[in-house]
Amino acid sequence: MTSPMGFLFNEEHEMVRKMVREFAAKEIAPKIKELDRKQQHDPAIIAKMAEQGLLGICIPVRYGGQGMDYISLGIVSEELEYVDTSARVVMSVHVGLNSLGVLQWGTEEQKQRFLVPQARGEKIACFCLTEPDAGTDVQAMRSTARREGDHYILNGEKVWISLADVADHFLVFAKTDPQAEPPYRGISAFMMTRDMPGVTTGSYHGKLGVRAGNTGWVKMDDVPVPVENRIGEEGEGFKIALSCLDNGRYTVAAGALGLIRASLDASVRYAQQRKTFGVPIAQHQLVKRMISLMVQRRDAGELLVYKAGWMKNQGLRNSRETTLAKWFCTDASFDSAADAVQIHGAYGYSDEYDVERFLRNSKGAVIYEGTRELQQLLQADYEFGYRRYRPLRCELPAYDPEEWTREA
Amino acid sequence: MKVAVLIKQTPDTAELPKVSPEEVRSGDVKATMVINPWDEYAAEEAIQLGDRFGASSVAISLGKEGETDALKHALAMGVNSALLVDVEAAREGDVWAVATALAAAVQHEGDVDVVLTGKMSVDGNSGAVYTGVACKLGWNLLVNVTKIVDIADGVVTAERSFEGGQETVTMPLPVVISVAKEINDPRYPSFMGIRKASRAKIPVLTAQELGLESIPRAVRWENLRKPEARHTEVQIIEGETVEEQAAKLVDALLAEKVI
Repeated sequence: MTSPMGFLFNEEHEMVRKMVREFAAKEIAPKIKELDRKQQHDPAIIAKMAEQGLLGICIPVRYGGQGMDYISLGIVSEELEYVDTSARVVMSVHVGLNSLGVLQWGTEEQKQRFLVPQARGEKIACFCLTEPDAGTDVQAMRSTARREGDHYILNGEKVWISLADVADHFLVFAKTDPQAEPPYRGISAFMMTRDMPGVTTGSYHGKLGVRAGNTGWVKMDDVPVPVENRIGEEGEGFKIALSCLDNGRYTVAAGALGLIRASLDASVRYAQQRKTFGVPIAQHQLVKRMISLMVQRRDAGELLVYKAGWMKNQGLRNSRETTLAKWFCTDASFDSAADAVQIHGAYGYSDEYDVERFLRNSKGAVIYEGTRELQQLLQADYEFGYRRYRPLRCELPAYDPEEWTREA
Repeated sequence: MKVAVLIKQTPDTAELPKVSPEEVRSGDVKATMVINPWDEYAAEEAIQLGDRFGASSVAISLGKEGETDALKHALAMGVNSALLVDVEAAREGDVWAVATALAAAVQHEGDVDVVLTGKMSVDGNSGAVYTGVACKLGWNLLVNVTKIVDIADGVVTAERSFEGGQETVTMPLPVVISVAKEINDPRYPSFMGIRKASRAKIPVLTAQELGLESIPRAVRWENLRKPEARHTEVQIIEGETVEEQAAKLVDALLAEKVI
């Protein structure tokens, strides 16, 4: 937090920040280096996050959440990724991509059935969009959902799914009409649960970064998903996926801001201790330049992220602002982590210090939840007017403190 | 039953090295201010006494108007209410003056049966304020308590540790208790607690209300300096086998005259 109190954040936000910072320092920091080395996911961290209410932070109290606002979601993401990306990823997929999608598009009955246990952290949720041959080109997906009576039969394979081996609830996108033109109109969304027959999952190892996080694949072989688990109408899946991404990308951007801060803080500490030519390297001009660039990225990133958060609070569409924040902050976190390694010299190249992990962790977010290149194209398309907001059947609700803290 | 928990607002320990003697002298410390970590155990215990015995709890802190971060943290954890004691003579005085003001606040609150506090502060480090508070109140004192076993019939049963041992003691109420870190595992503030605390208006008790416009002081700071940073070096002893590593370690320790 660099902005003075009252500009972007109120006292409640500051208290949330302090709490999550303490939580991450105590519950994650002491063991993250070892987990990352072993490429090991620690379910105890998610359990602690659930216990603390983080998994339902910006979900209304009556749906099992904590009733905080969207800016608080950003703060939690930022402070978790300050320590490690793997913890922030949980917020992105469980809250941003899945739970907020149910809050926006789910029926009241679906909110009770899925959102309540997710917000309480009793069920862990993930988001299944990407396929081996369908990443940015979502329309190319091959997964199908064939209607048979009161069920849909799902078939297909999803890849690069965060929490694949951990999740209980999978928000899956599949084609109910593979012949639809344009193809995105044939996509529908379903809440598949792990207990359904035909669901198998597995994990990847050998990732460049986020090695303490669980990432894997989800395979669906004739999975019978009840009609009442369809989120939205048939053919609304693409719009739902984009809505979810508006929230997932926001948490990614906020997390990347945390990573910029972590890189900067580590660099400032090290540059004041390490001496060359008889003085701390902090006094060398080219080191100062790298520090200044990180400061610039941090302060600019903070404005972009929390502008998007403020717009969510107001109930304003924010796809453009969120994608801009995501593009800027993820690129900036990669550059900042690289500079942090440079400042640390050979020490930064070893895992004795945290900055090499920051660098490895930062690259993923430049690729996932919309590549940097896609975000760039979107900005131009909005500017040229090629892309415009169209009204949605269900909008993400604006934050209303009274409504969101109402018990029932 | 009512429990008062005495809380100090201190600089975040991670930022303590940055605090300069000038900032301490002027009282304008430019660091993130937090609840004294030792007092978090006392706040947690106050909340647990509420759960176990239905005790109400009040957090009391000495500070200038607006210095409420630590009190709000206690409220966010679940302490029932908070009270800021704004007594300049105590803030600028010695340990005895601080104890005088805090004891007066406990008396002003009324009906308090148990005063809880941490074993020391991370900035002042005196570990003596609670002794002064007990003395001023004329109450019994229990230090280094690791467990409050029971409170019944006006008597507290507690376990406390001392050098080389552990004992179970009973003591009639009212009592001042300093807690050790073994007593509990302090909770993080909850979101509901944060909402409540961030909106709370914390009442301020003034020197006039307590009749403490001046407090005689026995101790004055003549000088204030920062200890020199210690330079330490880490050596990694390497060797093919454990025996070789051990032999090298012993040689190094002998060379440094450690053994």
